[in-house]
Amino acid sequence: MPSSPVKVAILGTGNIGTDLMFKLLRQPGALQLALFAGVDPKSDGLARARNAGVATTDRGIDAILEATDIKLVFDATSARAHLRHAPALAAAGRVAVDLTPAACGPCVVPPVNLRAHLDSANVNLITCGGQATIPLVHAVSRVTPVSYAEIVSTVASASAGPGTRQNIDEFTFTTARGLEALGGATAGKAIIILNPADPPILMRNTVYLIPEGDFDDAAVTRSIEQMVSSVAEYVPGYRLKSAPVFDTVKYGGAVQRSITLLLEVEGAGDYLPKYAGNLDIMTAAAWRVGQVFAAQKPKIKAMA
Amino acid sequence: MSSNFDHPMAPDRSAAGGNKVLAQPKPAQPKPPRITDSSLRDGSHPMRHQFTVEQVRTVARALDEAGVPVIEVSHGDGLGGSSLQYGFSLVDEMELIAAAREACTRAKIAVLLLPGVGTKKELHEAVRRGATVVRIATQCTEADVSEQHFGLAKELGLEAVGFLMMAHMRPPAVLAEQARLMESYGADCVYVVDSAGAMLPRDAAARVAALKQALRCQVGFHAHNNLGVAIGNSLAALEAGAEQIDGCLRGLGAGSGNAPTELLAAVLDKLGLNPGLDVFKLCDAAEYVLAPMMPFQPFPNRDAITIGYAGVYSTFLLHARRAGEKYGLDPREILVELGRRKAMAGQEDWILDVAQDLVLRRLAPERKT
Repeated sequence: MPSSPVKVAILGTGNIGTDLMFKLLRQPGALQLALFAGVDPKSDGLARARNAGVATTDRGIDAILEATDIKLVFDATSARAHLRHAPALAAAGRVAVDLTPAACGPCVVPPVNLRAHLDSANVNLITCGGQATIPLVHAVSRVTPVSYAEIVSTVASASAGPGTRQNIDEFTFTTARGLEALGGATAGKAIIILNPADPPILMRNTVYLIPEGDFDDAAVTRSIEQMVSSVAEYVPGYRLKSAPVFDTVKYGGAVQRSITLLLEVEGAGDYLPKYAGNLDIMTAAAWRVGQVFAAQKPKIKAMA
Repeated sequence: MSSNFDHPMAPDRSAAGGNKVLAQPKPAQPKPPRITDSSLRDGSHPMRHQFTVEQVRTVARALDEAGVPVIEVSHGDGLGGSSLQYGFSLVDEMELIAAAREACTRAKIAVLLLPGVGTKKELHEAVRRGATVVRIATQCTEADVSEQHFGLAKELGLEAVGFLMMAHMRPPAVLAEQARLMESYGADCVYVVDSAGAMLPRDAAARVAALKQALRCQVGFHAHNNLGVAIGNSLAALEAGAEQIDGCLRGLGAGSGNAPTELLAAVLDKLGLNPGLDVFKLCDAAEYVLAPMMPFQPFPNRDAITIGYAGVYSTFLLHARRAGEKYGLDPREILVELGRRKAMAGQEDWILDVAQDLVLRRLAPERKT
């Protein structure tokens, strides 16, 4: 029996916030978008929201704090802004889903560890590369221990905003840490490449894994396939380009078996172009977290 | 003999009432360029990143004794490049940097940093080990990813050099804009980097000239020899105003290698532009120190020529050959397809992808009905 929807707000009216808005309008699920909050009254995102019939404000977080019926807030501003927003939202008893690199709360990847954080008041979505590749590392490490995981994310230049460009080191650190902490690899490494080709390329990720020892190819392949379908539930354009490639490599002075996965992420095109799978996977993950929280999170249920 | 080739070294016809509407500003008389030797960085590619401490020490000492002022030492793909994507280093590059530092009495040690691969953390460590010059490399369209790294370099008091890779892919005006960004972040010099060895002398000259016009800082040129014109391109760059030029002993570098440092020294000496290099000592270093370490002599062979012709990253050479062996493909097919897909610097992972697609295409050729 469906209960009444949980009221949510989006804070930040840039590309990410606007794309998330269109996702929530197209597929509200258990959520109701009650407010779209920015700080620039002339922003393109606010105009689009008004045209779509969404309640808007240019008073940012203040307007959200005043609207006590809003239980969950997606923050799509910036790391610096979220560091201010996080304590204010927590004090007001609102749940925060953080799409910035601020990472005040635990990092989550929906099919990997969301269930473990259902009572957190603030969760962070790591990076686009992390959302794309950590599930695959986890899919292998749950079958066989992984010594080393390395990912290469290639995104279209046109889809990399100033936030990513000015903080490219943070992308590599945060993603690499995620490969270890959430993916389950003993050591992680992340590389990001911007490709300026026109027409823009789809987001591409290569995941290299070195398991500790020998492993059952079929079991690994099965686990990866299951994980790809789990992610594809909320990111329909998430797909492997080919079957896992098994090879050998010299690592730590010994010849070890390796696994290479070629992953493509096509965006849903809700607002952002389809090639921007790197942005889509962030808003899709946020959407997913919101739905799961609304359905299961004890605190939100109590508040509702 | 006459030629339609608009060679930048040719006499200026515009001055003699030629058919050019506007006379180009004549570049100032070339000065002896500063040479950076990259045998121990670009050379890491053909060495498959297997340089030992002893090898680095000997090469660095020989270069230092021959008067080379800057010696670059890092993984071929820059700090933090040791990876499955590019190849693991045999020895931690930080140890190699320290070894080179200890071996030199005069030369500065430079490191390469590609934002997105290496980070400020590795740069801090490299400086602790003795590096005083950092070369910060981005795709030629993405200079704005380098702002934080230039910021750190200046904070640490380093000489900071910008490296615009795959520079053949964009016209001179676009490169100049990107170079201006690097200059605004604090670059002391910006290089036009012909990572694909795809330029001809006129291409090198036009790009260097555009940067010279746009920048107050110095301009450099880094050649690859895939089309056999590394020295010619370096001279064209010099004529167009470049103040810094790269070389590698015996041309040891990615693809068919770079401008050989000893050859560059001989040519510059003949031009009266020798910046203080000992030509004979460099020739000896190339012949007796470096050559015996080399697994092969980089040369514009059929695969390397294809790289220059298709305009893809020189480093793809060995990776494409390996994929060709694994999938029973001609590496040239892979390289041409990578060029068609506009692969950029560092996209070695696309090689596997392209090889698989080519195999699929072969198994299921399109049938027209």
